[in-house]
Amino acid sequence: MFPASRYSIQAQRCIRALKTVQAEHAPPQHYTWRRNCSSAVMPRITSHYTIFPRDKDPRWEGVEMERFADEADVVIVGGGPAGLSAAIRLKQLAKEQEKELRVCLVEKASQIGAHTLSGACLEPSALNELFPDWKERGAPLNTPVTEDLFSILTEKYRIPVPMLPGLPMNNHGNYIVRLGHFVHWLGEQAEELGVEIYPGYAAAEVLFHEDGSVKGIATNDVGIAKDGSPKDVFERGMELHAKVTLFGEGCHGHLAKQLYRQFNLRENCEPQTYAIGLKELWVIDEKKWRPGRVEHSVGWPLNRNTYGGSFLYHLNEGEPLVALGFVVGLDYTNPYLSPFREFQRWKHHPFVAKTLEGGDRIAYGARALNEGGYQCLPKVTFPGGMLIGCSPGFMNVPKIKGTHTAMKSGMLAAEAIFPKVTAEDPASKTAGLHIPEYEDNLKKSWIWKELYAVRNIRPSFHNYFGLYGGMVYTGVFYWILRGKEPWTLKHAGLDSAQLKPAKECTPIEYPKPDGKLSFDLLSSVALSGTNHEGDQPPHLTLKDDSIPVANNLAIYDGPEQRFCPAGVYEYVPLETGEGMRLQINAQNCVHCKTCDIKDPSQNINWVVPEGSGGPAYNGL
Amino acid sequence: MSPASVFVCLSLTLLSDYPVIRVKPDNSGVVTDGVKHSMNPFCEIAVEEAVKLKEKKFIKEVVAVSCGPTQVTETIRTALAMGCDRGIHVEVSGKDYEAMGPLQIAKIFAALAKKEEASLVILGKQAIDDDCNQTGQMTAALLDWPQGTFASEVTIDGEKVKVVREIDGGLETIKISMPAVLTADLRLNTPRYATLPNIMKAKKKKIANMKPADLGVDMVSRVEVLRVDEPPTRLAGVKVETVDDLVAKLKANGTI
Repeated sequence: MFPASRYSIQAQRCIRALKTVQAEHAPPQHYTWRRNCSSAVMPRITSHYTIFPRDKDPRWEGVEMERFADEADVVIVGGGPAGLSAAIRLKQLAKEQEKELRVCLVEKASQIGAHTLSGACLEPSALNELFPDWKERGAPLNTPVTEDLFSILTEKYRIPVPMLPGLPMNNHGNYIVRLGHFVHWLGEQAEELGVEIYPGYAAAEVLFHEDGSVKGIATNDVGIAKDGSPKDVFERGMELHAKVTLFGEGCHGHLAKQLYRQFNLRENCEPQTYAIGLKELWVIDEKKWRPGRVEHSVGWPLNRNTYGGSFLYHLNEGEPLVALGFVVGLDYTNPYLSPFREFQRWKHHPFVAKTLEGGDRIAYGARALNEGGYQCLPKVTFPGGMLIGCSPGFMNVPKIKGTHTAMKSGMLAAEAIFPKVTAEDPASKTAGLHIPEYEDNLKKSWIWKELYAVRNIRPSFHNYFGLYGGMVYTGVFYWILRGKEPWTLKHAGLDSAQLKPAKECTPIEYPKPDGKLSFDLLSSVALSGTNHEGDQPPHLTLKDDSIPVANNLAIYDGPEQRFCPAGVYEYVPLETGEGMRLQINAQNCVHCKTCDIKDPSQNINWVVPEGSGGPAYNGL
Repeated sequence: MSPASVFVCLSLTLLSDYPVIRVKPDNSGVVTDGVKHSMNPFCEIAVEEAVKLKEKKFIKEVVAVSCGPTQVTETIRTALAMGCDRGIHVEVSGKDYEAMGPLQIAKIFAALAKKEEASLVILGKQAIDDDCNQTGQMTAALLDWPQGTFASEVTIDGEKVKVVREIDGGLETIKISMPAVLTADLRLNTPRYATLPNIMKAKKKKIANMKPADLGVDMVSRVEVLRVDEPPTRLAGVKVETVDDLVAKLKANGTI
């Protein structure tokens, strides 16, 4: 019934065969250009210390590795809606009950909001709970939704679908926001309440007590050269210890990935499934501007078996600005598919082009998002810490909203933590506090009810009729039964296992960008404002440098060249002339995490680069 | 006799290398709301040099100074985290800030240097958002002090400073007596990172607050910005096959 799984078994056999070839890594100081496991002379790609530990590396002998450590009551990783809401709620409770609480928040972006990207139609439910007076405080919710359109697109035409009340996509009562600005505002509120916010410092390592509970985090080291050796300006990161550490890294966080393994948090849930969202901001012709209008579409240019769709929101913030974007489910099977190019060609559809004609593109960005919902929720508490926000993944997929649930999860975490962290005697079995009450609170909250009600909509797309089957299911079961049906459908499995080998698929002919509506990848990446310190080890680490050419290129024709929205991965001819090698342009990375998710060999491990590197989104 | 204090004068700039800069719809300037601002890279080099001089015991105290709105205190904190001892924030905001140019800033720095009896004033050679390259030179002129600009090497030799300057023809070495003004060029040093523990410690260091009026400086600008435009979009080039084609095309568009 699922043809994809038949091919994924073949792919998995290939991966297993390659894994048995245990590569003996040449000691770093030789820096030879030869790998033992392949016959081609392949230049070394990965030099990060997570793959080549420094205690075995002679270049690091004698380097001072002591770290300065500091204590806080709560440390929060990630300055997004979840992390900031948790911090704010903790400080609000501290103020109410006149208790002292040190809350530290670290964020890898150079300023709060710079790595935030979302549509976004904000449902103000969680915000109303957090700050009932948000309007007086100047929260940037300036565009109430006035019109809601849904279409099925064909190559030339548009089939309107009525937006009946009760359908998950109905946006009455919501606001179109520039989430980066909203998050920046949340950051200001948090600082006013006394939260210590440290942007530009990434949490690079989870620290553990001797009893295995989480002790806190360590921020990234700085001053490591591209080949992995220490520079003159090398400085160790800092350790932040806490009674509880909250991890709000957003979709597919790299520390969360470690925690899932460490504490076996995913043993009773399905593997998470994702999508990639690409977004642009356009200043359009005033005559075409309809502030408050929300447009969504499905269908063209995707075929019925590839999940995805578009959004186009008219903002009302002074100038005629529209936020538009395209989402493609990462369970797609054709390795020739390029989400970026699907996005660019969608803009040429007559219904979309007429809004954008004569306009100017002013921003671009991309980020992965969760599609798994209820079935993919892991355990969210463990000794010493908890997961909040899109990291475990509370996004309501058919509504395409996750901000309100992320904020609520942060608030619930804060409410569960506060009594424990301020208690005289924490009464905990482990040094890091284990607070299972957070998970209980989640299950009793509206987040759980909401996610349960829509749990079957996304998996309903896995049928022969694809998109149309899914829409029928939504119309029949969701609209009538509200998710009360007694069964729970399953997803298709790991996204990385869904690709079919290239020889079984047809390459897609994408039109060339015309420079007015559609654009090429590199000029788009320039608009994201992304940059990283050049002389640092690439943060897109490969467990085995030889696998990209041997597996990804050989079997799947290098899908990472196509799914990366920033042009990080390129297969270039070897200098010797024969064969190809993978070139990683780490400086282009926009921190979307798609490669870590979709790599069919699961060989790419995204780790955090030096803090303040990455995109410079302004209100995206 | 070792100099008492060194002033490092910082500029807060739009980090114009990487984020996307847009011209405001009314062509009066560029959009600065929400764009990441941080310490001018040449000023980072200036701070690093001052801190290095203190570590070598040539100077006793490094004071970081900057003019601008409240955002500027973050930049001063970064300088404090890199090793400066205290900071001075000269508050300029609103219309005064938009009209503020090198001359007003130089007047402020000159007044402060005199007031605090500084021996050395070190600045970045130019700000990367306006590329003026004037503040250091104007400060020296207002103080009537010698200046060593585009410094790629600075050595203190008793009462004098030896400065190796990067000039078009190569490198020029000059010896100037203190008090003096220096401006830092790219190759002077590699600035250290402001690590998190130092940022936390810097929160305890003092930043004094004052207004230009306290220093007797009037902020009136004699320069009026008439218009800001984006650079014209580059036109596509045309490829030709032969030299004859090239000559024909050049003749056709009137170049020859």
